Amino acid sequence: MSQSISSNKIKSILAPNSTIGSSSKESSNSLGDFLQETSALTQRLFIQLQRRPSSLVAGVIQPFMWLILFGALFSKAPANLFGNDMSYATFLAPGLIVFAAFSGALNAGLPVMFDREFGFLNRLLVAPLSSRYSIVAASTVYIIAISFIQTAVIVLASAILGAGLPGLAGIGAIALIVFLIVLGVTALSLGLAFALPGHIELLAVIFVTNLPLLFASTALAPLNFMAGWLQVIASLNPLTYAIEPIRYIYSHGTWAIDSIVLNTPWFGFSFGAVILVLLGFDALVLLLIQPLLRRRFA
Amino acid sequence: MASAVLIKNLQKSYGEVQAVKDISFTVRSGEIFGLLGPNGAGKTTTIRCLCTLAKPDGGKIEVGGIDAIASPKAVRQRLGYVAQEVAPDKVLTGRELLKLQAALYHLPKKVIGDRVGQLIEVLGLQEYADMKTGSYSGGIRKRLDLAAGLLHQPEVLVLDEPTVGLDIESRMVVWEFLQELRSAGTTVLITSHYLEEIDALADRLAIIDKGVVIDEGKPSELKDKLGGDRVTLRIREFTPDEEADKAKHILESLSFVEEVIINAVQGNSLNLIVKPGQNSLSQIEQSLSEVNLPTFSLAQSRPSLDDVYLAATGQTIMDAELAAASTRDLKKEKKQQMK
Repeated sequence: MSQSISSNKIKSILAPNSTIGSSSKESSNSLGDFLQETSALTQRLFIQLQRRPSSLVAGVIQPFMWLILFGALFSKAPANLFGNDMSYATFLAPGLIVFAAFSGALNAGLPVMFDREFGFLNRLLVAPLSSRYSIVAASTVYIIAISFIQTAVIVLASAILGAGLPGLAGIGAIALIVFLIVLGVTALSLGLAFALPGHIELLAVIFVTNLPLLFASTALAPLNFMAGWLQVIASLNPLTYAIEPIRYIYSHGTWAIDSIVLNTPWFGFSFGAVILVLLGFDALVLLLIQPLLRRRFA
Repeated sequence: MASAVLIKNLQKSYGEVQAVKDISFTVRSGEIFGLLGPNGAGKTTTIRCLCTLAKPDGGKIEVGGIDAIASPKAVRQRLGYVAQEVAPDKVLTGRELLKLQAALYHLPKKVIGDRVGQLIEVLGLQEYADMKTGSYSGGIRKRLDLAAGLLHQPEVLVLDEPTVGLDIESRMVVWEFLQELRSAGTTVLITSHYLEEIDALADRLAIIDKGVVIDEGKPSELKDKLGGDRVTLRIREFTPDEEADKAKHILESLSFVEEVIINAVQGNSLNLIVKPGQNSLSQIEQSLSEVNLPTFSLAQSRPSLDDVYLAATGQTIMDAELAAASTRDLKKEKKQQMK
């Protein structure tokens, strides 16, 4: 086929060699293998993003439009309705940060579903991956990066609209919360991508979860605006636990780990408690999808 | 020689469909082994079980002596897999795809660039390597997939219908390459429903039909085992049943005729096995005209692999394909394979 190289060289290139891959290293370096495969898979997602940036552009424009439109919708609401000296745009910004991250994470399963449908996933499944969680990890890293970009845009846009900028510690706390909500929802979406029969079904699930979870959270209105039953649902919605601490950071100059940031019909949750709830949500989801991944990944 | 792949009493069902009922065969180290059978015979399912994409319901699979069900990861490391439908990520270039694949097989970072470059060169992909795979023709995509399957220098390369949908030139490229691969010492397992492909390439083969192995051996052995020459006779283009039966009866009384099979799918043509070296054709024609049966066509040949299949199943592979095509639900099969 190729005249430029000698047949001996071709032979050595094509000859079997069981020592080239991870089998030679035994299992001593399985963390290294995991990092290698995860970073390669992540790199693929970023190459795709770079060559097909439309989803990122839309993901940035959408919350921005929500901010403008919803802000305008409630611009004549009585002052102090949403708390001390807070405009609706300021009230809304934390909700949109979380919602943008949530929507992006909810869609994380779609590329994996398409990989399944087009057969690309088989390429990954026949490879001796050290753990198939690297597929989950790569998607999570990717979605988190996207969410951070969205978050930065919303934070800046809200600042321009008069919400002010949280301090450095505040930004760090926001990043942590976004990370926690994205991790859980991404894992959930990837679990669905393996469990559901095809992308139509996955899109249907995304369609019926996305906006209802937004409306059943405190993103658009505070808990005490809601009917009693919706307060109960909103108090069980993980989005609420992500939104309220961010809102607290926005509305209070000072905050601490024991500041009460969320008052549900039952308890008040401190900043630390809310973080624990989000951690619990992530742990629960990762645990729930484990048998699913193992079954599909048999 | 040691066995590179051992499959014993493999069973696999998808729902109600028993895709693989009982398949056993052994691939010896360093040979090209062919799995021949019509579409729907269970070839792809067998391959999916071997490559650890599907879990068998029963049976044993070993690659280089390692149990594929107990240690799938070790088996994945030893196998290269070239799927029937190549699915490169359209947005990536060929080189990017190969680098990704090399990382998934944990090639040391330092050697990835060189190794990818070598395979690009060996497969003659230099021109295409830095173009997006979405722009590739079928033949180039297949070459890229061959390169991808060989990055980790596997002991066994498994190819599922590697030349389906390829033009003749690309098919020749693949054939030559697989022979080159064998001479380098890599074991090759290839499935195909093209007789010529298996006949030309395979050192040994197994013929499978409806989820079971009909026969296994060297192409020449299987053909010789059948013995005799083949004669294909058509009394009319479409022969009525009673005429076919009558002719069968007469021909069976001829001393040099060993067996007569009526091939119903081919308009009741008659397939005869005759002792070689006789003036068979004219005698057949003569004995038919004695009872006023015409001869539409009559041909004699050495046995082919198709005759091996025909002798076991009563139809040719081509006929089995056509018959299966009408009853298969490809969409449903695809869904099942996604699981």
